[in-house]
Amino acid sequence: MGVLLSGADIDRAIKRISHEILEHNQGIPNLVLMGIPTRGAYLADRIAAFIGAIEGAVAVGVLDITLHRDDLRLRPPKPLLPTKLPPGGIEGKDLVLVDDVLFSGRTIRAALDAIGELGRPKSVQLAVLVDRGHRQLPIRADYVGKNIPTSINESVKVHLSEYDKEDLVELIK
Amino acid sequence: MISGHLLSAADLSKEQALNLLATAKELAQITDGPNKKLPTLRGKTIVNLFFEDSTRTRISFETAAKRLSADVINFSAKGSSVSKGESLKDTAQTLQAMGADAVVIRHGSSGAAKRLADTQWIQAAVINAGDGTHEHPTQALLDAFTIKQHLRPDSKDLSGIKVLIVGDILHSRVARSNILLLTKLGAEITLVAPPTLLPVGVSDWSVKLSYDFDKEISKCDVVMMLRIQLERMADSFFPSAQEYSRRYGLNSARLSKLAKNAIVMHPGPMNRGLEISAESADDLKSVIIDQVKNGVAVRMAVLYELLGGAPLGDSK
Repeated sequence: MGVLLSGADIDRAIKRISHEILEHNQGIPNLVLMGIPTRGAYLADRIAAFIGAIEGAVAVGVLDITLHRDDLRLRPPKPLLPTKLPPGGIEGKDLVLVDDVLFSGRTIRAALDAIGELGRPKSVQLAVLVDRGHRQLPIRADYVGKNIPTSINESVKVHLSEYDKEDLVELIK
Repeated sequence: MISGHLLSAADLSKEQALNLLATAKELAQITDGPNKKLPTLRGKTIVNLFFEDSTRTRISFETAAKRLSADVINFSAKGSSVSKGESLKDTAQTLQAMGADAVVIRHGSSGAAKRLADTQWIQAAVINAGDGTHEHPTQALLDAFTIKQHLRPDSKDLSGIKVLIVGDILHSRVARSNILLLTKLGAEITLVAPPTLLPVGVSDWSVKLSYDFDKEISKCDVVMMLRIQLERMADSFFPSAQEYSRRYGLNSARLSKLAKNAIVMHPGPMNRGLEISAESADDLKSVIIDQVKNGVAVRMAVLYELLGGAPLGDSK
């Protein structure tokens, strides 16, 4: 078990990602963020708060992907988490999906399906705090907090103070 | 989360019931959107096995299954080999051979759903959609959902809600399931019925009893009217329909005594003019249409939890 990112590292990564999102999308007018619960939703809130402090308010939503997972019938069903459309919806917007760890890419595939149910954004981008590799689908992130090469047997655990005790990313062998 | 079968409201813990209601709320929100269809149960087959007539429940289960992309086979006793004398066992084994993943059963005999679940006739998940005068658990769930939606949207359970259940308690599976579920969620229940329409042993239930509708109606948050089930009545349980209607029917005079935020419920089908007057059924306090709408979301939640994943304890 080792610490990959400290609280300050997470903070810096979120700030950099926020700047990159703004730079790439030329500001906030057409931008919406959607976090994937549980921790992706808190990360989206943090990015929105930082963007709010430097450029102005940006719409944030929450996207639960449970019903679109492709491993549903391999595991016991999970309780659904709330889905909240951002104010103004996602139709024609530049939508940035936010999640904590990018691994196989299957969560993001499910998220793309779930978005299709809600509307048709102009573009969909992906921001993740950690990219640990081992993709099983042709999916990549547009904004990455930190690339961390891992072994397939290890796991990466993100702690955020809104939900856990503290801000921390650790590697569990 | 629930697993296996849904046979009785008594099988649900408080936590499982609240979980189902929360899941139903999310599903209701999704199906209010532009695309009502979810891929979750693609490839699953659900059989609606209806030995008794039904409009709402059958259509509701069919809609719920289709919105989750399951295949639905409708079976009703009329027009099937049941009218040639085929037994429940042979019918069940036929459905098993055709690969049903879930069976939604309505039957005139109390305990039919449990019989189907306990025997090895069929491996599918069994959902009780009404068995005789015994239980109708999904109706209780949708009633709890509707009460919560109107009166307690932001609290955890139904603590302190006063529910009046009026009418034919004796023959009502809706009343039995509702009493079991709503008391578990913290509601206080009072039954109002003529003595002839109360079951033996009702004094042991955790409910209050009254014969005076006029006295009770001003003190409740929810008034749930039950249908007079003429098809189950071989004897006369009350002198005349007019007398029943006068003493135990919901009319405009009684409606005006209801508290400001109170709601009127009825599981349907209604006998307008008998247990509920037309103007009461169509009043603004009536949430009967909401009950029907919420039925779809609640049944989607039940189907999702029973069929949406591998059985509990079977994960990698």
